[in-house]
Amino acid sequence: MDSQTRDNLENSGYDVYNPLPEETAPPPKRMKMSPINQRRLTNFKANKRGYWSLWIFLVLFILALLANFLANDRPILVYFKGDVLVPALIDYPEDRFSDDPFAFPVTDYRDPFIQEIIEENGWMIWPPVRYNFRTVNREIPVTAPAPPSWTMDKETRCARYPLGADDPNCIIGNWNWLGTDDQARDVLARVIYGFRVSVLFGLSLTLASSVIGIAAGAVQGYYGGMVDLLSQRFIEIWTAVPSLYLILIVSSFLVPGFWTLFTILLAFSWVALVGVVRAEFLRGRNFEYISAARALGVSNPVIMWRHLLPNAMVATLTFMPFILNGSISTLTALDFLGFGLPPGSASLGELLAQGKNNLGAPWLGISGFVVISLMLSLLIFIGEAVRDAFDPRKSLA
Amino acid sequence: MTNNALVSVKDLSVVFTQGGNQTVAVDKISFDIKKGETVSLVGESGSGKSVTALSILKLLPYPAASHPSGEIVMDGKEMLAASDNEMRKIRGNTVSMIFQEPMTSLNPLHTVEKQISEILKTHRGMGDTQARQRVLELMNQVGIRDAEKRLSSYPHQLSGGQRQRVMIAMALANEPDLLIADEPTTALDVTVQAQILELLKKLQRQQGMAMLFITHDLGIVRKFSDRVCVMTDGKIVEQGVVADIFEKPQHDYTKHLLAAEPKGEPPQGDDTKPIVVQADDLKVWFPVKRGFLRRTVDHIKAVDGIDIKVRQGQTLGIVGESGSGKTTLGLAILRMISSTGRIAFYGEEIQKNSWKQMRPLRRDMQIVFQDPFGALSPRMSVSDIVGEGLKVHFPGISSEERDRKVADALVEVGLDASTRNRYPHEFSGGQRQRISIARAMVLEPKFVMLDEPTSALDMSVQAQVVDLLRDLQKAHGLAYLFISHDLKVVRALANEVIVMRQGKVVESGPAERIFDAPQTDYTRALMAAAFRLETAPEGVVNA
Repeated sequence: MDSQTRDNLENSGYDVYNPLPEETAPPPKRMKMSPINQRRLTNFKANKRGYWSLWIFLVLFILALLANFLANDRPILVYFKGDVLVPALIDYPEDRFSDDPFAFPVTDYRDPFIQEIIEENGWMIWPPVRYNFRTVNREIPVTAPAPPSWTMDKETRCARYPLGADDPNCIIGNWNWLGTDDQARDVLARVIYGFRVSVLFGLSLTLASSVIGIAAGAVQGYYGGMVDLLSQRFIEIWTAVPSLYLILIVSSFLVPGFWTLFTILLAFSWVALVGVVRAEFLRGRNFEYISAARALGVSNPVIMWRHLLPNAMVATLTFMPFILNGSISTLTALDFLGFGLPPGSASLGELLAQGKNNLGAPWLGISGFVVISLMLSLLIFIGEAVRDAFDPRKSLA
Repeated sequence: MTNNALVSVKDLSVVFTQGGNQTVAVDKISFDIKKGETVSLVGESGSGKSVTALSILKLLPYPAASHPSGEIVMDGKEMLAASDNEMRKIRGNTVSMIFQEPMTSLNPLHTVEKQISEILKTHRGMGDTQARQRVLELMNQVGIRDAEKRLSSYPHQLSGGQRQRVMIAMALANEPDLLIADEPTTALDVTVQAQILELLKKLQRQQGMAMLFITHDLGIVRKFSDRVCVMTDGKIVEQGVVADIFEKPQHDYTKHLLAAEPKGEPPQGDDTKPIVVQADDLKVWFPVKRGFLRRTVDHIKAVDGIDIKVRQGQTLGIVGESGSGKTTLGLAILRMISSTGRIAFYGEEIQKNSWKQMRPLRRDMQIVFQDPFGALSPRMSVSDIVGEGLKVHFPGISSEERDRKVADALVEVGLDASTRNRYPHEFSGGQRQRISIARAMVLEPKFVMLDEPTSALDMSVQAQVVDLLRDLQKAHGLAYLFISHDLKVVRALANEVIVMRQGKVVESGPAERIFDAPQTDYTRALMAAAFRLETAPEGVVNA
């Protein structure tokens, strides 16, 4: 059936939802989702790939949020002389454990000496991976980058430990499952932390740019006229500024940290949503219920917030997963070029750069590639499912 | 079943399946259309008229729609079983269709010539010159003047009536045996409606085709059809010759439908009542800007020097065809759009007030809009919608107090107050219009502008809403500015009438005089078209 027929069908009184007859009325059902949202949820679930991607992504994201308990160079819990300590969350000075007058202000739990003291006075629980993203593994048997531990036999693996194969620290918790990078840091730990940084960066950038973009688009669309004209020209000029060059310039005199990068990228990414939101507001401001609200004397900000914003949310939600993807790729690209997060931070882009520089160590490039492509694919699949869910053409049939 | 039936529909049912829910849209209906006769399907919205018509051409959204029973036989052929290919040969060839909305039924990117000739090329395989010849012939036939010049026009360059004429030309291009007209005049002005109906009748006589006419307007049925089928809830409750049905309706629903004209007396004019709203020499001119410097070269005079006076407890009706500036006038008086001229509310000048200064006055001046579907925010519950004005104008009252006021307002407009936590989509058109009225009434206004509040409603619901509005006026002494193109409704509500055309007053005065003894040709033509479906002599109204 072509769309014209469908329009005519709807115009000519065939009600898609069949309104209730005048008298009979079912009991109030405020808590239930509105039928349109139910249909959207059904459509979302109908896209199996997207639905499963969402679950996989959520599990991975929650695991990454718990990275401190999964991969860390300090134990999750320490029981020491009757006290329960949580080194994974709290820094304890070394003199908490030893009487050494030259104690370090931060305890190195990987030090066999400290381990011995703690074991004598209590016990400790280690995370499954005993490295965090910046822990340097001093016991790698070969020069960094070292291949994954499971490629070596026990003798080789433990060669550098003080007691060789019998050393109590040469255990599975100290394996480098994905090998180490060229500074002897554990790739698995870096990947977990890198995933977390990427997703958090992407989410916060998406959220912030959506808020700014929606606000800007709303004002332009609602007020129209001169406001709209000038803002649109400004956006045209603004989008013509090459943001990558600007970052390169800024990073030459500022050390780019998380927030510096965030601010610079935000300055350019907010324009993404302005167009759609502006269009929705332009369309919506002439609806009769908007005129009705104006006739009631409702103020403009309230009309925009309560009456118009919900209309723009559909377009916004549809775009969001793709903006998230864009933000993550930008961060990775900057890291790859060396203009991203400061040296030493967990970064997938830097891992890729290392993979490029150490072609003899394929575990670097492969790990980085797999993680990034998995993350981006999952997000795209989710985005597709969200798009399906909000597709008005799927409402019939 | 008689032998000379062109189309015979037997036991037809249509079921729509959506997400496991089955809705019966048409329930075992049977009727015949003989050669050369006009059969009307009449009923209120949602009764299944259009679905029936679309099933004849198999234009329903299959497989969401299905036919559990029935057959449609045309020229001895069973249509429901026909393949898509066979159906394509029938559509636009032996059976064609005219739709309701002339704005959206034509492709905005194609010229008139392309629209009409497409159908000739598809079904008759005509070449360009041959097709052009036939297109010109058709355009003359449907009464488009300067056909030659209009060939290269786009739909937006034509008026609503002309567009509907183009639609008719397309439908007639292949001399169909059956023409299905789905509310072809509902979107048109009354004077144009009369012209289009006359045209259809004339063409039908010339070509001897049968017509299936779908409408909700009993006046049209009475004047133009031979037989009528009355539909409600997907069933045909009564069918027969028009005169019989109108004289001796058997079924309760038919009686109800026939009795559903807006009735009652408007309030008595009384010059001693205080003037609520007064406007003198009100003008709304939209500038036309041209050239590099965007200089204003001309104005579109939407409202051009109009004086009005509305007194407490009385109704001023403003009538006119679409584009005459009725709604613009109303919005200007409420200061929703800018205008020049004097506007006074209870003697207080409000023309110079800023938007902020107007806000406290909004409580006393309310609007009810035309479209009950568009005027309610779909994402707010009824109690939020009705209570919104209270939040603005009575920020001090507690939420219980507000809730009580909302409930009272809903009861006053005849709705169940316990439904206030539901959303607009759960209500029918008439109920929604009541919600709109409740939203205005909850603020206890003194003046209400009613912008075509009944024109999107079914006839029987219209009558109820008119009664409601009259009761509210009596109870609260409201002043109404009633804008409508529907003269029957205006007659039932207004004690004073202004007839507008192209932004100017054609005639004004007490309602009885305007309706019973119109002074100008235009008003006379309007009355004839509205009450008797008669066309006016050339030149009085536009095509």
